Amino acid sequence: MEIDPFIFRFSIFILSIFIGYYVVWSVTPSLHTPLMSVTNAISSVIIVGAIIAALAGSSESVFNISSIFGFLAIVLAAINIFGGFLVTQRMLQMYKKKKDKKK
Amino acid sequence: MISANLSAVFYLISGILFILALRGLSSPDTSRQGNYFGIAGMIIAIVVTFLSIGNFSTSLVYVIIFLLIGGIIGAFIAFKIPMTAMPELVAGFHSLVGLAAVFVAIAAFLNPEAFNLGVVGGIKLASLIEMSIGAAVGAITFSGSIIAFLKLRGIMSGSPITFSGQHLLNLILGIGIFVLIFYLCKTQSANVFWTVIMISFLVGVLLIIPIGGADMPVVISMLNSYSGWAAAGIGFTLENTALIITGALVGSSGAILSYIMCKAMNRSFVSVILGGFGADSSADDKKEKKDQKPVKSGNAEDAAFLMKNASSVIIVPGYGMAVAQAQHALREMVDKLKKNDIKVTYAIHPVAGRMPGHMNVLLAEANVPYDEVFELEDINNDFANSDVAFVIGANDVTNPVAKTDPKSPIFGMPVLDVEKCKSVLFVKRSLSPGYAGIDNELFYKDNTLMLFADAKKMTEDIVKNLD
Repeated sequence: MEIDPFIFRFSIFILSIFIGYYVVWSVTPSLHTPLMSVTNAISSVIIVGAIIAALAGSSESVFNISSIFGFLAIVLAAINIFGGFLVTQRMLQMYKKKKDKKK
Repeated sequence: MISANLSAVFYLISGILFILALRGLSSPDTSRQGNYFGIAGMIIAIVVTFLSIGNFSTSLVYVIIFLLIGGIIGAFIAFKIPMTAMPELVAGFHSLVGLAAVFVAIAAFLNPEAFNLGVVGGIKLASLIEMSIGAAVGAITFSGSIIAFLKLRGIMSGSPITFSGQHLLNLILGIGIFVLIFYLCKTQSANVFWTVIMISFLVGVLLIIPIGGADMPVVISMLNSYSGWAAAGIGFTLENTALIITGALVGSSGAILSYIMCKAMNRSFVSVILGGFGADSSADDKKEKKDQKPVKSGNAEDAAFLMKNASSVIIVPGYGMAVAQAQHALREMVDKLKKNDIKVTYAIHPVAGRMPGHMNVLLAEANVPYDEVFELEDINNDFANSDVAFVIGANDVTNPVAKTDPKSPIFGMPVLDVEKCKSVLFVKRSLSPGYAGIDNELFYKDNTLMLFADAKKMTEDIVKNLD
């Protein structure tokens, strides 16, 4: 009997939770705010679904009710992707060691 | 157009890059590189999606236009936002992830052919369950984050909103969502799908309104977790590995942060969710007590004198520092102290501020080197050997009551042993209790000098007096 592909995806999901568990525990507490903003940015990879939905319209009618939701989701996810990565970068630039700031 | 197998491999690669992005945050040295991994993973995922669909008609032009619109808005926000507003920003971003998940689920429900999920009215059962769970969690994330955003921004009062039967109502609505999803699977009815989403929006609001301002670090972490589970739900619907991996990572990340925050407040996750903390403090009773106890108060000159004659100073920042934007003035003060060969370190409680790591970012913004900043367990023993503790904008996290009074609502919460210092300088606007609504015993200790003023103004005045 063949294994349902769902089981494979579910295995990936469970293993990723374990990876997440160990990786996140090793994040230093002083970087918890950047951790939140970067997880925000990467969870916006949901944009792939939005792109699929938006491109599903035919050439004659780019906008149908389903693709409009896709386009809206693209805007929301794009705000998050750009905003999330850039604000994380801005924060991380500020973390400096003692040696760097000697005048 | 590339094959489904090849694109699956690329999605796996972008998932791995996301793992590396989080891994990089284990140290500030590697964190910037980690962020680039994350960006690379995102670019791969987006490009592969374009290539796998292979539709280069006019639609693609619109996709890119909308992508740029969102990108410009996002970049604008990222550069403009002051660091003190990070908690609101993160809450706002969570709401966008949630809403995007809802929209993608709706699009998939209306046009299942585009996602290979069957036809309208005949969507595959598993996909239908996955997309309705994704939509429901996304909707809860969206409306919950909006409430959190309004509370953090101060548009909505931070005090908990409770009414009788609240928890019962939430329970009924929660069960209702499951029943409706079951019903949806039987009927494939669009109306049921819309109802599920509407009820979920309502649940999100009801879930967050009873939670008070001091519990916001838990709420933000929790919503972070939800946004991950919503993404994972959509990932299952779209059969997309990158989305499943990311959803699991973000979901567990948020859950761990919630756990850390709850532990730092000695509160169970359940009691935070049930909310109402800080609402039941008998304020009148406390006022009376306060009048009887003498408090020593001083001015900037006294504070400057004390610190000048110290050999080691520990600074304890809290939310009040963020509100007053006092971090730059503080840095100036510390520079002056260092010139006099005084050893200065910073002590940060895990729940100082309104989100995990909030104080660290503010200090980093003010150019404080991160190796002078210590977490609670690393520095708590040093208070006994230090001359001055400078508490600026923190309150409940320094309250010795948590160690001495079993009746206190914060009893058992790990606190900074500030009172062990030879002298304590406490910058505060008034004697009012903090968010937890508990009087701070520290105010009345013999070795405490209260500095009643705005945190920024007081710090600036001390700087002047240090010359």
